[in-house]
Amino acid sequence: MKQYIVRRIGYSFLSLFLLSLTIFVFVRLTGDPATLLVEPGASEADLQAIRVQFGLDQPLYVQYWHFIASFAVGDLGQSFYYRTPVLDLYLQRLPNSLLLAATAMSFSLLIGIPTGILAAVRVGKFWDTTGKIFALLGLSLPAFWVGLVLILFFSVYLGWLPSSGSGTFWHLLMPAFSLGWFFAAAHMRLTRSSMLEVLGSEYVKLARLKGLPEALVIGKHAFKNALIPVITLAGINLVVMINVAIVVETVFAWPGIGRLLYEGITFRDFPIVQGVVVIGGAMIVMVNLVVDIFYALIDPRIRLES
Amino acid sequence: MPNEPLLSLEHLSAHYVSQQGRRVVRAVDDITLTLNAGETLGIVGESGSGKSTLALTILRLLPPAARIVSGRMMFEGEDLLDKSDAEMRRVRGKRIAMILQDPMASLNPLFSIGDQVGESIRVHEGASRASAWTRAIALLKSVRIPSPETRVTQFPHEMSGGMRQRIVGAIGISCEPRLLIADEPTTSLDLTIQAQYLNLLSDLQKEHGLALIFITHNLGIVAKMCDQIAVMYAGRVVEKGPVTRIFNTPAHPYTKALLNSIPRMSDNRQRLTAIEGQPPDLASMPPGCAFAPRCAMAFDRCRVETPPEFILDEGRTARCWLAAPEAEAETVPARSAMA
Amino acid sequence: MSVTTLPSPIAESRPDRPVAFWKGEGFPLIPVLILLTIAFVAIFADLLAPHDPQIGSLARRFRPPAWQHGGSMEYLLGTDHVGRDVLSRLIFGARVSVIVGLAAVFVAGAIGTLLGIVSGYLGGWVDQVIMRLTDTWLALPALTFAIFLAAIVGPSEFNIIVILGGVYWTRYARVIRGEVLSLKEREFVRLAIVAGCSKRVIMWRHILPNVINSAIVLATLMLGVVIITEASLSFLGVGVPPPKPAWGLMLADGKKGLMVGYWWLTVLPGLCIMGMVLSANLLGDWLRVKLDPQLRQL
Repeated sequence: MKQYIVRRIGYSFLSLFLLSLTIFVFVRLTGDPATLLVEPGASEADLQAIRVQFGLDQPLYVQYWHFIASFAVGDLGQSFYYRTPVLDLYLQRLPNSLLLAATAMSFSLLIGIPTGILAAVRVGKFWDTTGKIFALLGLSLPAFWVGLVLILFFSVYLGWLPSSGSGTFWHLLMPAFSLGWFFAAAHMRLTRSSMLEVLGSEYVKLARLKGLPEALVIGKHAFKNALIPVITLAGINLVVMINVAIVVETVFAWPGIGRLLYEGITFRDFPIVQGVVVIGGAMIVMVNLVVDIFYALIDPRIRLES
Repeated sequence: MPNEPLLSLEHLSAHYVSQQGRRVVRAVDDITLTLNAGETLGIVGESGSGKSTLALTILRLLPPAARIVSGRMMFEGEDLLDKSDAEMRRVRGKRIAMILQDPMASLNPLFSIGDQVGESIRVHEGASRASAWTRAIALLKSVRIPSPETRVTQFPHEMSGGMRQRIVGAIGISCEPRLLIADEPTTSLDLTIQAQYLNLLSDLQKEHGLALIFITHNLGIVAKMCDQIAVMYAGRVVEKGPVTRIFNTPAHPYTKALLNSIPRMSDNRQRLTAIEGQPPDLASMPPGCAFAPRCAMAFDRCRVETPPEFILDEGRTARCWLAAPEAEAETVPARSAMA
Repeated sequence: MSVTTLPSPIAESRPDRPVAFWKGEGFPLIPVLILLTIAFVAIFADLLAPHDPQIGSLARRFRPPAWQHGGSMEYLLGTDHVGRDVLSRLIFGARVSVIVGLAAVFVAGAIGTLLGIVSGYLGGWVDQVIMRLTDTWLALPALTFAIFLAAIVGPSEFNIIVILGGVYWTRYARVIRGEVLSLKEREFVRLAIVAGCSKRVIMWRHILPNVINSAIVLATLMLGVVIITEASLSFLGVGVPPPKPAWGLMLADGKKGLMVGYWWLTVLPGLCIMGMVLSANLLGDWLRVKLDPQLRQL
């Protein structure tokens, strides 16, 4: 098993390498990256100064080395607008994004899992059809539109909830719902198919053969086994959520990573954009690694292979 | 010998009907079988002959696409088909138990051995966790698993294949059923372990007075373990009766062919004797006897009319026109089993 | 002993095998009609739109739809914050969505299918490289990646198409590669190899036609996702640039009037997006079942 872990870590490093390479290449693809790294409205002299400062006149592999080296020590450049290191800005906003993502994730699981189970157990009947419609809507409605419509209803028409900002639980409600909506549908689908698979397994068959009441068959034997892939996906999705929350955070002016990225775009603050993307990608690679290793530790088949 | 058979199936049929209602698969067709308490019945046949479906039919656990369309299933004097869902659940595991083929797949990987062995006891007899746990240890001991006290806390993946099969056997007898159905119980075991396991089942049977139904394609097991045998082909029972007599003088051509195809050391022939052809597609069966296309002794009537079960002598029947009174030269009185 | 036939079925009813996700194999008539309508509107936008979508008059801003108080038949669905006709903008917006959506899906599909075939068929280090790249790109959420690229190259309709194609091809590549791997083992491919066909010929004439089915199903399923991403990009301001009317842009503009209750600027473009995406998804689900049962995994 150690072999597996080592291999898996190596694979992650390869992914990180490719990720950084991709970003590096694309930034240079435009021809003159100096235009990106400089504030809008800079003169030619400024551009030249930037070129020298960032070593853009040096051979590519040297540039790449600097690129990687600075990221490795956490130097992601400095924001033009805020005049603070990007990393600091990121860490400042991260807790807000985590809060939003965690709430959205809870919502998506609270809705998704029971619906999925009901859909599987009542295949072809009312709950299953409801589930299918729900899943379809989840995939077809953009999260930010859900957010906008919610604002229309609950802030403008009913006046119950605040439409932007953060601070109280009420501020959290609508953004979390909007963000979690899509994932609720995804989790529902996975729960349903996982449950159906488990319901067709031999040990569920044996449970029925033992004469166990149906509630026990589903609640004990099927449930736990069916949840395993769902929880795995949820773990990964948490990180994904943080990264795709940009539109929801923009709609609700929620001060998280997504909003930071939005500011980066709007103010043409390239270091922020680059920083957020790099960290986001790295986070996802890492969480995939953690989940895979966790699996290796608890799944007996891989364990016994050592 | 008790007066009433423990289990009596009478003209039992179960069909799979496709959603459009056009394809009807007669998975279990007109089955009549009896089994007395303490007896062992072997149900033999190729894959797809309906033997496993028969077991599920008895326990009324067919998939939703299947329906029991006719017949009776008498168990201890009651018709199982008359029972409600709740009543049937009380029968399963407690009065009729079943062992499945693949022990690794039958055990839930997330729960301990003790939990799974004691589960039926907790549900059917209302035992507490603690007493079910103790009973589980005792059951593991009775299926000859060493150091049961430690094993009982472990998980299925920590057991070997042979042990898992024993555990599944322990689950089967946990509530002292009257009938135990074993579906291909040795197929997934190593040869060396098979004999041990069969001996175990035999001993358990004697200890607990169990009736046993063995579903298998292995005639050797039948010869060793069973009193009665029923041969199935294409969903029907083609021959049944006491094992020794059928092995010595098989009446149905399929049974003869099956027995012939077992390689023997004394054989000087170079080639294995296989049965020509393929089993029929149960959705589109030929008219007449299902075995006729592959039967060396088939004649015209076989291809037109399905033979009923003819009683050859006490306890023996064969579903073959060769067993009909007109075809037989002997004066064995053969009455049709159909009224 | 007589045969008794029982009056009603008494077998237990338990879920057995997983059932196809979409119940009933009926042709999705309404979704197809919706999509055709959108396509029709997109093509004939010039003829259908009552007003110029990009010209507005501040005197007529924020007019509500015709059926509300203050609205008029002239501006059937109201006007936006600079007085432009919403209906006309929606109609021309359909053109943007259709063009960007179809083009992006096509680009992604072409690249993804090509690389999937090459990767799956040639194997070896080519396969490894392409797969590692695919996995890495898949790790980045599409939206984030698209935003990053848009920030670099600047927004324009053409750029967006290229970006979306460049982000979404990875989804194709994985699936197609899987299919190619199993196709490789089939008889007709082996015969072609034995007959001396070059690799290029085999890939073009034997492999490609057999993966087209999956590619088409994937394309319909991807269409919805691409459109939502494009709308998100436009909403954020890095998508199709103004004054071209993209539905996502309309939503961004609509936000300005949201807090005072100008609902039509938000709800109507959203409904259009939803209609198109929902129809594409339904069509894709049906196609998936129809064309290739193996793809139920998707």
